[in-house]
Amino acid sequence: MMTTLLKGIAASPGIAIARVFHLAAERFVPVQQAISDTAAEVERFRSAVALSRDEVEAIRASAEARLGADKAEIFEGHLMILEDPDLIEAVEQKIADEAICAEFALHEIAQSFIELLQSMSDELLRGRAVDIEDVSGRIMSHLRGVPHRELAGMTEECIIVARDLTPSDTAQLNLDYVRGFVTEVGSRTSHSAIMARSLEIPAIVGAGAAVHDIPADAFIVMDANQGVVLIAPTEEELANYKDMKQKDDHRRVELSKLKDLPSLSKDGKRVELAANIGKLEDIQRAIDNGAEGIGLFRTEFLYMGRSSLPTEEEQFTSYKYALEKMNPKPVVIRTLDIGGDKELPYMELPKESNPFLGQRALRLCLDRQDLFRTQLRALLRASRYGNLKIMFPMIAVLEELLEAKRLLEEEKQKLIAEGVQLAEHIEIGMMVEIPAAAVAADLFAPEVDFFSIGTNDLIQYTMAADRMNETVSYLYQPWHPSLLRLIRFVLQAAEKEGKWVGMCGEMAGDSTAIPLLLGLGLHEFSMSAGSILQARELISTLDQSSWSGHANQALTMRSTDEITQFVERTRNGVIQHD
Amino acid sequence: MISKTFTILNPTGFHVRPTKTFVQTASTFPCKITVLNKGKKVNGKSSLSMLTLGIAVNEEVTLEIDGEQEEQALEALGKLLTDIHE
Repeated sequence: MMTTLLKGIAASPGIAIARVFHLAAERFVPVQQAISDTAAEVERFRSAVALSRDEVEAIRASAEARLGADKAEIFEGHLMILEDPDLIEAVEQKIADEAICAEFALHEIAQSFIELLQSMSDELLRGRAVDIEDVSGRIMSHLRGVPHRELAGMTEECIIVARDLTPSDTAQLNLDYVRGFVTEVGSRTSHSAIMARSLEIPAIVGAGAAVHDIPADAFIVMDANQGVVLIAPTEEELANYKDMKQKDDHRRVELSKLKDLPSLSKDGKRVELAANIGKLEDIQRAIDNGAEGIGLFRTEFLYMGRSSLPTEEEQFTSYKYALEKMNPKPVVIRTLDIGGDKELPYMELPKESNPFLGQRALRLCLDRQDLFRTQLRALLRASRYGNLKIMFPMIAVLEELLEAKRLLEEEKQKLIAEGVQLAEHIEIGMMVEIPAAAVAADLFAPEVDFFSIGTNDLIQYTMAADRMNETVSYLYQPWHPSLLRLIRFVLQAAEKEGKWVGMCGEMAGDSTAIPLLLGLGLHEFSMSAGSILQARELISTLDQSSWSGHANQALTMRSTDEITQFVERTRNGVIQHD
Repeated sequence: MISKTFTILNPTGFHVRPTKTFVQTASTFPCKITVLNKGKKVNGKSSLSMLTLGIAVNEEVTLEIDGEQEEQALEALGKLLTDIHE
C-alpha cells in the first residue's frame, strides 16, 4: 500500500504517532419557523443563554485550575459574548420584531458577525470568528436540547483531526491522551495553533479538506516540524519516524532546560544572548526564548504605517512599556534608522539616486533635529523605568557621534531643569556598520560605552554589494577574512578602553560564526529570538580559549570557503572527542 | 454630547484584550457610547461590534458620548484607547 501524504502549516513543532480521532464538525443550519408567542420564545432563548453561561463558567474554572489563568482568559471573552448587547439583545429584538424562532434569529445574527470577522484582513481578528461559532453553537445546542460536543471522554492515545478546534475544544483536551492535532483550516496565529504551542503539543493546521478523508481508525504519523501527515505509513517509515521522534523530543527537552540558564562557554566564559526586536509584541517571544536582554530594538515601527510623526508622548509610552517588561535586563534602543530602503511618505524626503549611501538614519536625524530631539526626550523620560541603553546608527566619523551626544546632553539638561526624573546612568553606544567606523574604532571607543556591530549593512558596505541584487549575492560573505578582521579591529579597540561589544545582525545567530565570534571575544550576541536556545547550547560546547586561537588562525585564511570548512571541521572534531 | 479623537498606540491594535477592558469599562457608565473608526460607527458596549472595526495601531478612533457621566466616561475610555495593554 502507498503512503498518503498531506501537507499543512507547521503550527507547533514535534512529531506524533498515533491513531486518529475525528472530531465531527458541528454544522447545524436551522430553518425559519414562525412563532406566535414571541415573549415565551425570548424567554426560551434567555434560559439557553443562562445555561450556556453556567457551562462556560465551569469550563473557565477548570481551565484555570488545569492550564493557568491566562489560558482561561479566553472564556472570560466567551462570557462577555454571552452578555454582548449587539448579539443577545439583538437576537431578542429579532425574535420579537419578526416573530421567528430563537434558533433562526441566533443563527442569522451570529452568522453576520462571523462573516464580518472572517472577511477582515487581520489574521488575529479572523481567528476570533471561532469564538462566536463556539459560543453561538453552545447556545444553539441548549435551544435544541442536544449536548454540545465535548472532548473530555477520550480513553486512548490519539491525534485529533477536525475542521478547526474551538477554545472550548482545546481547553478540554485530555493531555494524557492527545498526542497532537491536524486541522483543515487555520494559520500559525489561529487560536488552535497558539494553544498547541503553549501546551507544547505538535500541531499542523490548514491541511485542507482531505483531512476528513483519513480513515476512521487509521494509524498516522504527523511531523509538525515539516508540516507533513503520513497516512498508512510503511513499516520502514514508521521505524524512521519513531527514531526521529525520540531524538526530537529529547532535543526539545534539552533546549528548554537552557531557557533560564546563563550563557557560558565550556570553559566558563560568560556571554550575553539577546534578541533583536522590531515590534513591542516581540518582547514576549524574546522572554519565552530565554533572551538575556534586547540587543537591538528597532524604533522604525513607531514611525511607519501612519500619516504623521509619532509624538513624544506616544514614543515614551512604547519605550516605557519595553523597559518595564524587560527590567532589570538591558534594552538597547536604536534611534530612528529611516532612509535607505525604509521610507516615510509623510516626511516627503527627496528621492536619492543612491539611498543606501545617502541621507539615512543618524545623518537624517542630525539634519532634522526636531524629530531627533523628540525621540531623545521620549527615551530619556522612559529611562527610569528599566535598564535603557541608547544606540546611534550609521556613524562614519567621530563628529557625528559627538553631535548626537551633544543633542542628547542638551535634552537631558532641559528635562532635569523641568524637574523630570531620569535614570542615573544611561549607557550610550553606536552601531558599527560602516567600514570607516570599524577600522577607526579606536577613535570612537573613548566616547562610547559600547559598540554593536550591524553585520547586514557592514557586509554590503565592505563588499560594495547591494544585498538585494541577486547578481552580486555571491559577495554576501559574512565569514570572509575581511569581515572578521574588521570585527577584530572593533573588539581590540573596545578592549583597550574597557568597553563591551555586541553584534546585532543575522551573523550573530549563525552556527558557523558563533565559534569565531566567541573566540574573538564578542560579549553580546543579539539575534532573532528563535535562535537563542540553540546558540546557548552551541556555546556551551565551545572552549573559548581554544577558539581564540582558532579564530586568529581563521583570520589568516584566504577565502570564506576555507574558513567555513575549517570551522566545521574544528567544531565537529571537538564534539567527537567528547 | 461630547466627542474626542485618539490615536491607538497598542502595538497589536485594539484587539481582544484591550477591547475587553474597554467594553467592561464602557458598560459601567449609563451614557450612550459610540465608537467611530474608518467611517464606521458602533456601540462601545459591544465587544463583537468593536472587534469588527479591526482597529489597528496608529489609527484614529473617535468617541462620541451622550448622557449621564459623559465627562467621566470620556476620560476613562480615552485613557484605555491610548494605553499599551499587555
